Amino acid sequence: MSGEKILLAHGGGGRMTDELIRNVILSAFGNSTLNKLTDSAELQTNQNNICFTTDGFVVKPLFFNGGDIGKLSICGTINDLAVSGAKPIALSMSLIIEEGFEIEVLRQIMNSVAKTIKEENVKIVCGDTKVVEAGAADKLFITTSGIGLKLPKAKMGFERISAGDKIIVSGTLGDHGMTIMSHREGMKFETEIQSDCGSVAEICEKIIDSLGENIKFMRDPTRGGLAATLNEISNQTNYGIEIDENTIPVHPSTRAAADMLGFDILDIANEGKVVIVISAERADECLQICKQCKNGKDAAIIGQVIKTDEPIVELITKIGARRIVQMPSGRELPRIC
Amino acid sequence: MLERINRAYKQIARATTALGRRVNIMEVCGTHTVSIFRAGLRDAFPEGLKLLSGPGCPVCITDHGYIDTVIELADRDDCIIATYGDMIRVPGRKGSLEQRTSKGNIKVMLSAEDVLKLAKENPAKKIVFVAVGFETTAPATAVIVNEAHQQNIKNLFVFSNHKLVIPAIRALLSEVNNNIDAFLCPGHVSVIIGSDAYKPIVEEYKKPCVVAGFEPMQIIDGIAEICKQLADAAPAVSSVYPAAVSKHGNKTAQKIVDEVFDAADGYWRGLGVIKQSTLKLKDKFSSFDAEKQLNINCIPEEDLTGCRCGEVLCGLIDPPQCAMFTSQCTPDKPVGPCMVSSEGACAAWFKYGRRRRHRQ
Repeated sequence: MSGEKILLAHGGGGRMTDELIRNVILSAFGNSTLNKLTDSAELQTNQNNICFTTDGFVVKPLFFNGGDIGKLSICGTINDLAVSGAKPIALSMSLIIEEGFEIEVLRQIMNSVAKTIKEENVKIVCGDTKVVEAGAADKLFITTSGIGLKLPKAKMGFERISAGDKIIVSGTLGDHGMTIMSHREGMKFETEIQSDCGSVAEICEKIIDSLGENIKFMRDPTRGGLAATLNEISNQTNYGIEIDENTIPVHPSTRAAADMLGFDILDIANEGKVVIVISAERADECLQICKQCKNGKDAAIIGQVIKTDEPIVELITKIGARRIVQMPSGRELPRIC
Repeated sequence: MLERINRAYKQIARATTALGRRVNIMEVCGTHTVSIFRAGLRDAFPEGLKLLSGPGCPVCITDHGYIDTVIELADRDDCIIATYGDMIRVPGRKGSLEQRTSKGNIKVMLSAEDVLKLAKENPAKKIVFVAVGFETTAPATAVIVNEAHQQNIKNLFVFSNHKLVIPAIRALLSEVNNNIDAFLCPGHVSVIIGSDAYKPIVEEYKKPCVVAGFEPMQIIDGIAEICKQLADAAPAVSSVYPAAVSKHGNKTAQKIVDEVFDAADGYWRGLGVIKQSTLKLKDKFSSFDAEKQLNINCIPEEDLTGCRCGEVLCGLIDPPQCAMFTSQCTPDKPVGPCMVSSEGACAAWFKYGRRRRHRQ
């Protein structure tokens, strides 16, 4: 199929659709459930606590340093389940493809999906494929949904957070957002920035298994970055949060890109990180577990929950001064000078 | 680090004693403004020091007339507007460019080089480059005009609103009501123009001009140096950013700007007309001049909205003193340009300037 392109007919539901699904999608990650190509997948489970999530991915460019839209769409949904304290077990995938899209490129993306789900030990059990006219979509959109089983020891929620709890991030911040923006803006750096696009499932499962109820809350700080996540925690709990800039892990190249474009690293999206609120007495242990995980080696304790007279997130800056960290507003635009 | 901070504190105390009052330092550049807020420097310095945010953000000094003209061009079917990102949100009287982007003819650029590419890819369209910014972005515009000239490209038009920093500093100091004791001079601009460019300011107005980079410690060092000069009554040009800024600046960039542009009187939002402060294309390049070729009539006009961005830019008021600040004017719905750009004084105050609350 080298050189062939997606045609409207590939979305017509007929032979060409069938060929596309079998030759490009099932050949990449088919399994006994998905291969039946039924309207819905029947799952055998005796568990009651099932978590279900869905997310749409419209990232541009489709391929970026450290990942691609396929890997992103899997990790994004896995992470949504993982930070809820669930072990991901099955995903769905819906593709919206623009007429003219190269099948070979789709194949590359599907192979990336296949690699990611293999690594994460999950299956895609149902899906959908639509082709739209040229101009009606931007190359490729992916929607993934996922279900997971709640881990027995997971007991998390805003209501469980209290003053004194520590805040942990699982690694360097801002890498995904700055990678995407640098690609778009055509910027080059001596050390290329790499997206953190990846799964936090291993981290989440291990810390819950070991620390159970001491894990008070988890969230993956995607759009809006750490600033949005911490502000939401603060607003929902009515507690203040204090973080220390000296302890926040940031890759130097990501920092340079953010400085150049005028962005605050705390506002920038991440796609392979988790923010953990943990009871103070078990925080060091939690940190060590994170550091032993594949995607957690740069984890750090960055701050704590405190009592204040209003919910507010505050940063102790590198020079020892303090400033408020606000909820990001609007979309980020690179500055002029 | 602590030693440098202590030195700054000591110098600030010396300066306030020598002047017998508060020290007012204006940071001209928007990047400095944001760095100062992000590092928490405003709260960290003693009461005797007041930092003023000057007219160093290209978006903030752009007037309604210019924005309205760009929007008029965006409404033409034969034009594609090429603009830097934060210009698209600046409100004119007919809305902002962002509200017109659904037509698909407004393209956000980071690099001026992309404008040339856009012109080549769209030969049937008139590509209008919204050329704003100070001495930092003007050389890139000059390069693409030169290249377009050499490559005989016919569909590129530059709507120049490039501004020069030194005339603005001069205009601020010429105001009898100004309360500026010294300038923390912009790092990026100074890389191009060189630190010697500030010498006439120091000689004429006896105000210290110190160039600093954007790291908090460099800003602290710059403020310490300014306060030392004020305390010693020995105003001078100096730089705490010697790795990037030379005395004479970037000669290559200066040369290309001189080849393509002439300085002309220009309108600055809040400051009015400043002599020889704007760059306009030389007659040799008039075929690329949007104002001459596209039948537009850009009349600079002040806004009538009650917005006080002009006074903010002159260091006369802080953003919270404007009645619209955080009520009618927010980053999501900006009224004035200082709230639009991430480097605008009002946006920085909005995002970072809220005072912290007491810990219980």
